[in-house]
Amino acid sequence: MDSQRLDNTALVKRLVLITLAMFGFGFMLVPLYDVFCDVTGLNGKTSDTAAQAPTSLIDESREVTVEFWSRTQGAMPWEFQPTLKKIKVHPGKVTKVFFRASNRSNDDMVGQAIPSVSPGLAANYFHKIECFCFNQQPVKAGETVDMPLIFYVDPALPAKFTTLTLSYTMFDISNQIAATSLTNGESS
Amino acid sequence: MSKVIEQDHHEHHDHHHPSGGIKRWLYTTNHKDIGTLYLWFAFIMFLIGGCMALVIRAELFQPGLQIVDPDFFNQMTTVHGLIMVFGAVMPAFTGLANWMVPMMIGAPDMALPRMNNWSFWILPFAFFILLMSLFMEGGGPNFGWTFYAPLSTTYSNDSTALFVFSVHIMGMSSIMGAINVIVTIFNLRAPGMTLMKMPLFVWTWLITAFLLIAVMPVLAGAVTMVLTDKYFGTSFFNAAGGGDPVMFQHIFWFFGHPEVYIMILPAFGIVSTIVPTFSRKRLFGYSSMVYATASIALLSFVVWAHHMFTTGMPLFGELFFMYCTMLISVPTGVKVFNWVATMWRGAMTFEIPMMFSIAFIILFTIGGFSGLMLAITPADFQYHDTYFVVAHFHYVLVTGAIFSIIAAVYYWLPKWTGNMYDEGLAKLHFWCSLISVNVLFFPMHFVGLAGMPRRIPDYAIQFADFNALISVGAFAFGFSQLIFLYLLIKCIRENHQVPAKVWEGADGLEWEVPSPAPYHTFEKPPLIR
Repeated sequence: MDSQRLDNTALVKRLVLITLAMFGFGFMLVPLYDVFCDVTGLNGKTSDTAAQAPTSLIDESREVTVEFWSRTQGAMPWEFQPTLKKIKVHPGKVTKVFFRASNRSNDDMVGQAIPSVSPGLAANYFHKIECFCFNQQPVKAGETVDMPLIFYVDPALPAKFTTLTLSYTMFDISNQIAATSLTNGESS
Repeated sequence: MSKVIEQDHHEHHDHHHPSGGIKRWLYTTNHKDIGTLYLWFAFIMFLIGGCMALVIRAELFQPGLQIVDPDFFNQMTTVHGLIMVFGAVMPAFTGLANWMVPMMIGAPDMALPRMNNWSFWILPFAFFILLMSLFMEGGGPNFGWTFYAPLSTTYSNDSTALFVFSVHIMGMSSIMGAINVIVTIFNLRAPGMTLMKMPLFVWTWLITAFLLIAVMPVLAGAVTMVLTDKYFGTSFFNAAGGGDPVMFQHIFWFFGHPEVYIMILPAFGIVSTIVPTFSRKRLFGYSSMVYATASIALLSFVVWAHHMFTTGMPLFGELFFMYCTMLISVPTGVKVFNWVATMWRGAMTFEIPMMFSIAFIILFTIGGFSGLMLAITPADFQYHDTYFVVAHFHYVLVTGAIFSIIAAVYYWLPKWTGNMYDEGLAKLHFWCSLISVNVLFFPMHFVGLAGMPRRIPDYAIQFADFNALISVGAFAFGFSQLIFLYLLIKCIRENHQVPAKVWEGADGLEWEVPSPAPYHTFEKPPLIR
């Protein structure tokens, strides 16, 4: 009976440990998911930090069409459009374009643009040197702003990709900003 | 720990018979009492969840909106799913494990009797919370039992908090139950009961218990993330804050697919016990059954994304999950062929448990085949979120899991009560259930292939005839279960004494104790041949 009792306690301890480990693993899936998407370039996620200027030469031999697309999420009362629908660029050439956001409401609002590149596997070859999506975008009531995007397409982009589509979804984060302090919002 | 066991020991000597009244059930640490509680609880939940299904089918009897408004319809589909999965099927299997596992391995009780009491008695609270949320202002959860973000975060009402806590409690109950089963099987087997001599019901439950402790915590994590996203400003599933709603589906189905096998592996064990008894042969391919069960459990961890083919995965991912999913049909096929081979040239008789088991084998295989069709990625783009999916998972869950539970109840009911059930009523119950369940679910394949979406309270006019037929089948199946309820009460009350070995072809330690099984069995370990 004595050895039995020890067995039970030891076994229960191990099983509880597995349970807790699996609870932790559930949360581990979150960073793992991001790492997986980063490594494979799946999901069309672009890097959320600014890229360095290109070091390689401009590839004059081919052109890649970059299409711009934008939308607002839900019933956000903004107009949000690229000033240019599409542009042909040589890989490696730094290009600057603008997106125009107009706040059609009577309140000052803050937006956050989330980018996505399609086809997803080309996302790792799309580099943004400067992007309005790196920061939150406060737009006063009735105001219109032009927001810059400076990018280049990596010359290492496989030849099978001839068109990249960059889409932005603008989220209304005014409420979240109101909840936290404003300085907090500016620093991030 | 030592105190608990010593006290427990004293109780055994003090009173061999249970004390009367409500206290017997509240304080019980006896595996048979707790098994009975689990089984009755599951049956009540089955009837409540069934009523919700009938609300759904009443609304869908005719096109247009007649009986309930769409929001309440969505609450019904959500809570029906949650109750049937976590309230009916899983507690019923845990109840069967409580009753049968100690008796099958020659143990006096479960290894952790106090925890056993806890794991049952927190369940009613979980479902009370869930059911009461339906009466909240704004209604209960309406985002489907899969609670996809952002439906459950951005667009849900405050009943979500109650939903999350009730799922936490259900999860704790299942995990405690699973730990108890594992410790019992590892530590309390009678001398000579080696692992490869264990009955298949014990084997399948051991593997199920490991699945439970592996994935229920992940579910707990997922609902916790939903809770913090909704109330504490985190952005796990909110793209605006850098999260990803598709990630919710990955985390949910990482739990969800093994969960599917949690609900079917014990059913395999039950059928593997019943078929040999009434074929009067040994189970064909015992060890291959064990390995097949283990490989199904292992494969269940690498197929989750087949629920998400239409979320825009890369081709490689779709192919990987398609082939892995199809691979599962190999061990499942091993099982089905083994059951058929067991029956082959056996001296078969067709008592009610056997009838339900044969119905299980045929109808579960139909559900398996529609599952294979859904696994084909290009075809899945058409089938996704249609009634074809509804037909598939009800074939594997109703005619699969539920039929096996009913078969198990008929098989062991004489052992539990000491009385034989009413054979005529049982036949009526079987035939009513078998016919109505097919009238209910088979036409769903056709309306699904024709494009009728799931979880919608209204539908295009061309689906009207089939939906009327489905609703008739649903009500017939629902009312057939009242025959079962009447039969159970009749069997418990009346007196038709049965011998210790109720079925003459049966094999196993549970048939060596008298019928009804005494309150304490195998206080001295039995001799294993």
